[in-house]
Amino acid sequence: MHIRYLVTAPALAAFFGAPALAASLGASIEVPRLNASEYHRPYVAAWIERADNSVAATVAVWYDIRTNTNNPEGEGTKWLKDLRQWWRRTGRDLQMPIDGVTGATKPAGKHQVNLADAAASKLAPGAYKFVVEASREVGGREVVSVPFQWPPAKAEQASATGSSELGDIRLQLKP
Amino acid sequence: MTFSFRTIAVAAALTTVFGIAQAHNLWLLPSSTVLSKPDTITVDAAVSNDLFVANHVALRLDNLQITAPDGSAVQPANQATLKHRSVFDVAVAAPGTYRIAVVNGGAFASWKVKGTGEAKRARGTPETIAKEIPADAQDVTITQSIGRIETFVTVGKPSTPKAIGTGLEMVPAGGTLTDLVKGEQSRFALFIDGQPAADLEVTVTAGGTQYRDKLDEVKIRTDAKGQFAVTWPTAGMYWIDASTKDNKTTMPQAKERRLSYAATVEVMP
Repeated sequence: MHIRYLVTAPALAAFFGAPALAASLGASIEVPRLNASEYHRPYVAAWIERADNSVAATVAVWYDIRTNTNNPEGEGTKWLKDLRQWWRRTGRDLQMPIDGVTGATKPAGKHQVNLADAAASKLAPGAYKFVVEASREVGGREVVSVPFQWPPAKAEQASATGSSELGDIRLQLKP
Repeated sequence: MTFSFRTIAVAAALTTVFGIAQAHNLWLLPSSTVLSKPDTITVDAAVSNDLFVANHVALRLDNLQITAPDGSAVQPANQATLKHRSVFDVAVAAPGTYRIAVVNGGAFASWKVKGTGEAKRARGTPETIAKEIPADAQDVTITQSIGRIETFVTVGKPSTPKAIGTGLEMVPAGGTLTDLVKGEQSRFALFIDGQPAADLEVTVTAGGTQYRDKLDEVKIRTDAKGQFAVTWPTAGMYWIDASTKDNKTTMPQAKERRLSYAATVEVMP
């Protein structure tokens, strides 16, 4: 785990390039490998929530974004409601797809997501939660959240682990 | 003596009729209440004791009224009345909350046949009920009834359907009619003819009554503003029901008006 941490931090620094003007927030979301007879990749939403549960920003939404049957928002919009908490907090107010936020569903493994710099610069100082919700067809649903302070005083990591539909959720903060 | 006995018998008969009417629940059961894109939902409609198990009779859909978020009327499709339940499809497309309702208005008459004193009763509409009663009938009592059975479906962000203004109805009080969540509190208000229905008993019952020993219904009274609050103990479909009576009839012959309301709402985990 420590090795992974050491690898991730420089990788992040490289990603954000030279001294960033604003603080940055990234996260790695693990989609666990599940032994299911019928497996479908989960739909996942990641967002930043204020202390009063209002949503500051949606960081990522992974769903079926194919548009082959003439649905410009993506095939999977029908099931976005199953990301129930995200849907109620913010999803139903948004127009899909969202540039830089929405993407295709991901296979099992760790996936990096980053809050766009523009969105990060709009975050007012305060206490927040990084929330990840996953919902899988013929499977379960899980919500995992990681609290954090913004802006971060120093480079730090925070994490939480899901028990069924989500694995390791690791938040990377950089001042 | 005979007279008073018959009066009691009539009263008992009437009680039985209304008793049955109350004992059986009228309900609509939508296949979905929260949608993230335009879709078609299927609604079951039935009259039964168990919520929401269609094991008695189908609910008649003669007075089905489906209203889009903008207030326009929506036509159902694939409507059918089966033995135990009725079904229909509703294509929902516009963002907002749709109201799907069966609105029953009727009149109920009871009287005694002149000479024999035999108790008779009939039901019909306010317009037709007078034809059912013979001219020489005695002790005629006419009761008007107005009932609304409804459910709600939302595409995208919920909206607040416009109040109807007649009969007993439920409107959200600062919240929504769909997208309800276990553990959270929802506030609603009951209105009679557009006015707050204060101090009225509301019954909230979770579905799946056949799988538990107790009905576990929650009885709440509305406050002065007609409002009541429910904190949802579990996820599932819930049946909210209220009834009352007053003397604001629209028929000159009727002295009493019975109002009833039932809504099906979905609570998410």
